[in-house]
Amino acid sequence: MRLRKLVWKELFERKNQVVTGLLAILLGVTVIVAMRNITFYSEKAVAQELDALGANILVLPKSVTLQNYYSADIQGQEFPEEYVSRLANSNIQGVDNLSPKLAIPVQLDNRKFTLTGILPKSEFQAKSLWQGAGIFSRPTGCGTVANIPGLTPKDPKETLVRKRVIDTLNENEILVGADVAGALGVKANDNLSLLGKSFSVAAVLPQTGTVDDSRIFAHLHTVQQLSGKGKVLSVIEIVGCCDQISKGLVSKINHLLPETKVVTIGQIVDTQIKTNRMMSSLSLVFIAIIVLVGGAGIANYMYANVRERRREIGTLIALGAGSGFVLRMFLYKAILLGLVGGISGYLLGTLLALLLGPRIAGIAVLPMPTLIIWALMISVIIAVSASYFPARSAARLDPCTTLQEI
Amino acid sequence: MLKLENISKTYNHRHEPLTVFDGISYEMLDGDFISIVGPSGSGKSTLLLMLGGMMSPSSGKVVLDGESIYDLPPNQRAEFRRQKIGFVFQTFNLVPYLSALENVQMPLFLAGLSEIEQEERATSVLERLGLGARLAHKPSELSVGQQQRVALARMLANDPTVVLADEPTGSLDPETSAQVMEFFEEINQEGRTVVIVTHDPNVAQRAHKTLRLGDCKVPYDEQTPVWASVV
Ligand SMILES: Nc1ncnc2c1ncn2[C@@H]1O[C@H](COP(=O)(O)OP(=O)(O)OP(=O)(O)O)[C@@H](O)[C@H]1O
Ligand SMILES: [Mg+2]
Repeated sequence: MRLRKLVWKELFERKNQVVTGLLAILLGVTVIVAMRNITFYSEKAVAQELDALGANILVLPKSVTLQNYYSADIQGQEFPEEYVSRLANSNIQGVDNLSPKLAIPVQLDNRKFTLTGILPKSEFQAKSLWQGAGIFSRPTGCGTVANIPGLTPKDPKETLVRKRVIDTLNENEILVGADVAGALGVKANDNLSLLGKSFSVAAVLPQTGTVDDSRIFAHLHTVQQLSGKGKVLSVIEIVGCCDQISKGLVSKINHLLPETKVVTIGQIVDTQIKTNRMMSSLSLVFIAIIVLVGGAGIANYMYANVRERRREIGTLIALGAGSGFVLRMFLYKAILLGLVGGISGYLLGTLLALLLGPRIAGIAVLPMPTLIIWALMISVIIAVSASYFPARSAARLDPCTTLQEI
Repeated sequence: MLKLENISKTYNHRHEPLTVFDGISYEMLDGDFISIVGPSGSGKSTLLLMLGGMMSPSSGKVVLDGESIYDLPPNQRAEFRRQKIGFVFQTFNLVPYLSALENVQMPLFLAGLSEIEQEERATSVLERLGLGARLAHKPSELSVGQQQRVALARMLANDPTVVLADEPTGSLDPETSAQVMEFFEEINQEGRTVVIVTHDPNVAQRAHKTLRLGDCKVPYDEQTPVWASVV
């Protein structure tokens, strides 16, 4: 017999009570782990997306929300394509590059993807009206994406379709994101039927780790035709010169296109940061709740356990156990409970994050082993401190009264 | 030698003092076999707990082998219990989630023996009590008589010099009860002091001396003192 064995046997004998006592702490740790896990990967995804986004100004439909900026173009709202000409023909200084897009949902093999219509460079330039605006004759480099603090730029090899200028894209050609290609098993030069139209796959895009991986890119006008919505756009991405942005480029565009919402990356990042802050303060609230509710659950369980085992404790004392032994027995049990709660909370929370991450935040989530340290610390500290008073009351039990109750 | 020196015991029950013993003295010699009898509420259990170092008297001393046990700090008193005293209870008080073997291991574990030693000693004591085939059974999987034998084995495991039993045959049938008394005689012959609280005159008679509490009329043994408790 050893202390560990003794405590395990007792725990095992009354496992149902243990489960109820641990429930609150288990759920609390589960939620915290899941939330931390999703927040971490959503921040990472934002960083990647920001890096991927070649533009630093987005023109969006007015009612679009910015909580989830990288899906801001798939909220099902549009504005007329004519806005592009308005922009191109205006005298606004500092607009370096324009790329109009329309995104619509498509279903293939029962899986949802986003079909994004883009305008290849050749066509953009071919439009005499726009050519006149001289957009592409401006010096490049003026409108590079501002460095966002805390975000490390990615390896240029992995830069994305949004950054690349697609030179040519025929009406019946598509570019396929890596995930789509993987899911559907298509390669370059395959044929694929989308919304009743047959396309040939011009290329499979390299893996980027962003939402672009689950997108299919086609010619803007083809997508407009397939969507049946006419000449509309869901976003215009603009590369604006930084110095012009600070001189009020955004409000000038807004003035020119009053029916749209013009946002800069900075604003979007702010919104995202706010969301993440909200998530972490929510985590704090949850920690406070499990400290209270979880602690109360454990303390309640422990007091009931001490009461139930009065006779056993009296007997152990008669057999020569000192009060230190009784105290150790209950605190050891508290540590075990904390470990069990922490580990199972971590496992459940990770599972929850893996399941919910793709659904609620649209991102892939991987397990984070570092969170187990947090889970264990929170859980063990709560279990031990909530058990201290019950354990002390057990150590101070008068063995005579417990034995006379027979 | 186990000695009571001028012991008084007063319980405080809801702020009303209840005196059970008032200045009693008695000396038990090593190897004595003593039964304690008396009506319910006369203080038999109280006396046994005081003898076993479990309950301090209100005044007076309990001296075991020259040590006044209630003058020792609590940890040393626990050590004293562990080494010298074996308790047996009417309801056995086996730990319900441990097997027979593990129950008998408990005092040895508390005394700090290694797991191997614990198992060896516990097994041999249980075999001595005829339970060699029931080592892995939990108390709920044993008959009442077998449970009492496990309790006796547990008491004997740490080789106590003083054995204190509170109505050890109270819940047993006459035959099993007789077997248990034989066992007490046997361990008494090994030189241990045995003190048994009992209601059963047959059991009381098998002891060498009888202490009668709470009733002044008929002492069993002219030599033994008779204490009247205030009820
Ligand atoms: N913890 C306590 N607080 C107050 N009074 C107590 C306490 N324990 C015992 N008593 C009282 O002390 C007296 C002696 O009790 P004790 O348990 O020693 O009697 P007993 O002789 O063992 O009786 P029984 O044969 O019924 O077991 C009783 O009157 C009882 O009510
Ligand atoms: Mg009694």
